[in-house]
Amino acid sequence: MSMNRTGRPTQSGPNSSNNAVPFETTSGHRGLHLVEPLIFEIGDARHSGVDLEDVGDFDHALGGLEREDRMGLPGLSEPETVRHYTRLSQKNYGIDSGFFPLGSCTMKHNPRINEKVARLPGLADIHPLQPESTVQGALAVMRDLAHWLTTLTGMPSVALSPKAGAHGELCGIMAIRSALEARGDARKVILVPESAHGTNPATAAFCGYQVKAIPANDDGRVDLAALKAALGPDVAGIMLTNPNTCGLFERDIIEIADAVHEAGGFFYCDGANFNAIVGRVRPGDLGIDAMHINLHKTFSTPHGGGGPGSGPVVFSKALAPYAPIPFVEEGEEGLFLREHKAAEGDKSFGRLVAFHGQMGMYVRALAYMMSHGADGLRQVAEDAVLNANYLLHELASDMTPSFEGPCMHEALFDDRFLKDTGVSTLDFAKAMIDEGYHPMTMYFPLVVHGAMLIEPTETESKDTLDQFIASMRALAKAARADETDRFTGAPYFAPLKRLDETRAARQPILKWTAPQSQEAAE
Amino acid sequence: MRYLPHNETDRRAMLSAIGAKSIDDLFRDVPPAARLDALLDLPLHKSEMEVDRLFRDYARQNVPAAEHAFFVGCGAYRHHVPATVDHLIQRGEFLTAYTPYQPEIAQGTLQYLFEFQTQVANLLGCDVANASLYDGSTACGEAILMARRITRGRKRAILAGGLHSHYGDVAQTMTRFGDEDVVRLAPSPDDAQGDMDRLIAAIDDNTSCVVVQTPDMFGHLHDLGPIAEAAHAKGALLVAVVTEVVSLGAVRSPGEMGADIVVAEGQSIGNSLNFGGPYLGLFATRAKFVRQMPGRLVGETVDADGQRGFVLTLSTREQHIRREKATSNICTNSGLCSLAFTIHMTLLGEEGLRKLALLNHRQATRLKAALSGIKGVKVLNSQFFNEVSVRLDRPAAPVVEALAGRKILAGVPASRLYPDRDDLANILILATTETVSDGDIAALSDALADIMQAEL
Ligand SMILES: Cc1ncc(COP(=O)(O)O)c(C=O)c1O
Repeated sequence: MSMNRTGRPTQSGPNSSNNAVPFETTSGHRGLHLVEPLIFEIGDARHSGVDLEDVGDFDHALGGLEREDRMGLPGLSEPETVRHYTRLSQKNYGIDSGFFPLGSCTMKHNPRINEKVARLPGLADIHPLQPESTVQGALAVMRDLAHWLTTLTGMPSVALSPKAGAHGELCGIMAIRSALEARGDARKVILVPESAHGTNPATAAFCGYQVKAIPANDDGRVDLAALKAALGPDVAGIMLTNPNTCGLFERDIIEIADAVHEAGGFFYCDGANFNAIVGRVRPGDLGIDAMHINLHKTFSTPHGGGGPGSGPVVFSKALAPYAPIPFVEEGEEGLFLREHKAAEGDKSFGRLVAFHGQMGMYVRALAYMMSHGADGLRQVAEDAVLNANYLLHELASDMTPSFEGPCMHEALFDDRFLKDTGVSTLDFAKAMIDEGYHPMTMYFPLVVHGAMLIEPTETESKDTLDQFIASMRALAKAARADETDRFTGAPYFAPLKRLDETRAARQPILKWTAPQSQEAAE
Repeated sequence: MRYLPHNETDRRAMLSAIGAKSIDDLFRDVPPAARLDALLDLPLHKSEMEVDRLFRDYARQNVPAAEHAFFVGCGAYRHHVPATVDHLIQRGEFLTAYTPYQPEIAQGTLQYLFEFQTQVANLLGCDVANASLYDGSTACGEAILMARRITRGRKRAILAGGLHSHYGDVAQTMTRFGDEDVVRLAPSPDDAQGDMDRLIAAIDDNTSCVVVQTPDMFGHLHDLGPIAEAAHAKGALLVAVVTEVVSLGAVRSPGEMGADIVVAEGQSIGNSLNFGGPYLGLFATRAKFVRQMPGRLVGETVDADGQRGFVLTLSTREQHIRREKATSNICTNSGLCSLAFTIHMTLLGEEGLRKLALLNHRQATRLKAALSGIKGVKVLNSQFFNEVSVRLDRPAAPVVEALAGRKILAGVPASRLYPDRDDLANILILATTETVSDGDIAALSDALADIMQAEL
C-alpha cells in the first residue's frame, strides 16, 4: 500500500481490485460511477422540457392525414435532460479526457475559439438559400478557405462540398471517371494498395470500378514493380494514401505518379494523413490529380463521436473542370454561388450534396488555419512527426515496430512482441484503457499482423508521451511475464467490462421496445 | 503557439533521444524536389483575439435570420433550439470523442445513438433506423441504391416532380456510374395530384423504387398510401423523403402509410441552419432489410459481467470489414448532429413535438390566409404543413430581392432551384415555423401587397 504525504493510505495499483466491494449499493450507483437508464425507461409522453404557447383551435389543412398513433417519444424536463446527457457524457473518453493516439484519425486538440466563432449568429443563423446579397460574409469564408487549401496543397482548385473523407473520395473518383469518359475511355480498374483504408476500395466500387490490390513491399510501401506490372490500358487510376497508413512517406511517389500518368490513368491521393506534411510538402509537387482533406483531422474540427466531418477535394488542372457544383465565384456585384451547370459545355459531374457543404466546419477549419498561420502549420507537421518518431524510438525495444523509421505522423507496431504470451492486440488495447488511455487503432492497416497504429499528434506534451511510454513498456513486460489476466480480463476500470459483440450481431437489438411488448412478441 | 505544448528545449531533447540531428532528418523520405524550405505565401499566426475579430467581420457581412421576418425553408428550417442542446453537445467527452470503436469507454456515445435510432425509427414509423448519414440528400441517394440491391435486377428509380431538386440532382450523381436509370418527373406545383398520378402511371416491372417527398418541395402534403399500394403491386419499393421532420408531429408517418425506406433531413430538430451544413441524414426501414442498410448501427448487448451495454454492430455491411463489397463507402457520419437531435427530441417529448408541429401548421394557415387576398398572388396548396407556394403574376426572384431590402426574407424563388424552367419563374416557396410571428406575417403581406401594386 502506498501512502500520500499526510500519511493517509491511498489506493494502490490494479491488484487491489475494485471488484472486491463488500456490498451492493441500493441505488446501483457506485459513487461517481452512475448507472443511467435509457430515456425510454425514465421519460414519458406527457413530460416535456420545452414551454410552447397554446396552439388554440384552428382549421387544419393536413388533408385528413393527421397523426394519431402513439409516437413512442418520451419527454423529460430540462433538469432531467441535462442530468441524463451529462451522465452519459461521463461514460465517454474524448481528447479532452486524455491521450487519444488513434492512428489514422488525427485526434488533436479541438480549439474552443473555433466553436465560438462557428456559433456567431452571422455564421450559424443563415440559410443556404437566402439571397446571395445577404450572405457575402459566408461566401467570403468559403473563398478564403479555398485559398488556404489550394495554397497549402499546391493545387489549382478545390471542391468544398464533400461531407467527409469518404465523400471526398467519391468526389475525386467521380471526377476521374468523368474525365475518362469525356475522352471516350472506358477503363474499368482502380488500383488500391493492400494497406488502404476500407473507404478506398468501397469508393472505387461505388463508382463502378473493379478494385485490384497492390501489395506492399518489405519497407511498408507500395511495391513499385508490382504497381508498374499492374498498370495498363484498363487502369483508370490509383488510390494511394500518402503518407501511407503504415505512417510512412511513399518515397517513390513521384515515380508512381509518372508511371500512372504514362499509362493514361489518374492519381487519387487519400489525404487523411496530411497532418504529417502540411507546410512542408505540397501534394501538388508530387504529381497527384485529386486529394481529399479531412478538415476533421488535419484542421482540428471536432470528431463529435463520429462526425460531422468535411472532406474538401483539391484537383489538378486536368480534373478541375469536372469538379462538382456548387462553388463560389467573384462577380461584379460581389461573390456568388455557381449552383447549376451552365447549359453548354459544362463538364462538372454535377451535385454531390444538397446546398453548399459543411459551412460549420469551414468556419472552424479556417479559424484554425488563421490561428496557426503559415508558420504554425509547418510547426504542426514537424511536431506531429517528432512526437511519432519519439514514440517509435522509445517503444522499439519493448514492442515490435513493423518497419524501419523514420516514420511520419504515426508509428506502426505489430503483435510479434506478444508472440506466445496468450495476449492479443485486442487484449493489449483493452489493458491500455485501464492505464487511462484511449487505445491506438487496432488491426489496421491489414498489411501487418495484429496492427497497432499509434498517432500522437502535435498537441501532446513530452510529459504525456513519457508517461504513455512508461505505461506501454510496463504493459509489454507484463504480457511477457505471463500476467495474462491483466489483459484478457481487461478493461477492469472502465464503466463496463468487455462487451459481447458476437451476441449483438447474432440477435440484433437495434431499438428499444417496451418490456410488455417484448414479452408479447415471445 | 498556443496549441503546441513543446518549446525548443523539449524539441531538442526529443530529437537527441531519437538520434536525429534536426527535424529535417525525419523528413528524409520526402523526395528532395518536393521539400519546401520556405514558408508558403499565407499570413502568419494570429492571436485568439485577432481571429475572433476577423470572424466577427465575416459574420457582419451576413444577415442572420433572427434579424428579419424570415420565411426561407425549402429543405432547411429555422426552429428555436433550446439552449440546453448546444450546451450539452459541447461537453468535451461528446465533442472530442471519435466514432465509438472502443465500446467500454464510449458508452455515452453508444447509448445516445441507441436512443437516437429508437426515436428516429418511431418518428418515421419504421422498424429500424441507422446512426445517421451525412444529410437528407445523400440519404435519399443511398435509399435508391439500397432499393436497387433489394429488388435485384430492377434498374429504374422514378422520382416524383415534387422531390427537392437538389435531392434529385444528388440521386442522379450517386447513381451515375452504376447501371441504375433515374427518371425524374417534371415539377408541377400547380397540380400536386397530377404529380402523384403521373408517378403511379410510370411504375413498371423494371422499377426498383419510387421516390416521393412529403410535404414536397412546394409544400404539398401527399397521402403515401395509394402510392405504396401501386408500387408494391408492381414489386417496387416506396422510398419516402421528409425534409421537414417537425411535420411528423402532426402528419401520419411514412412508415405507417406503407413506405419501405424512409429518409429525412433531421436538421430541424436540434440543429441550426449553418448555411447548409452540417446537417443530419435520417435513414429508416423495415427489419427485413436491415442487412442491406448503409451506415453504422448500434445494438444492445451485455458485458462480461452481464451488464447491459451498447456496441456498433452488423458491421459486415461496412467498408472497414467488407471493403469493395460494402453497402456504402460511408465512414464518418453526423455524430454530433444526431446528439443534438436526440437531446432536442427528449426535451420535446411526444406532447411537445405535437404542439410544436401544430404551431408550425397554424402559422402556415395564417400565412396562406394573409397571402390569399393579395392581388397577383395565388396560393397553390390545399393540404400542407408549414410551407406553401404561391404563383405570382411576375418573376419571383426580383420580388424576393425587393423584400430583402425591407428586412423580409420572403422565401425561395423556385428559379433558384430550377433556373432553366420558365414555367416556375413566378413561383415563390415560403415556410413558417414557430419562430415566425403574426407580426412577421403581417409585415410580409403588407410589403408584398405594396410591391405587387406596381405595374408589371
Ligand atoms: C486513411 C483514411 N482514409 C479515409 C478515411 C475516411 O474518412 P471519413 O471517415 O472522414 O469518411 C479515413 C478515416 O476514417 C482514413 O483514416
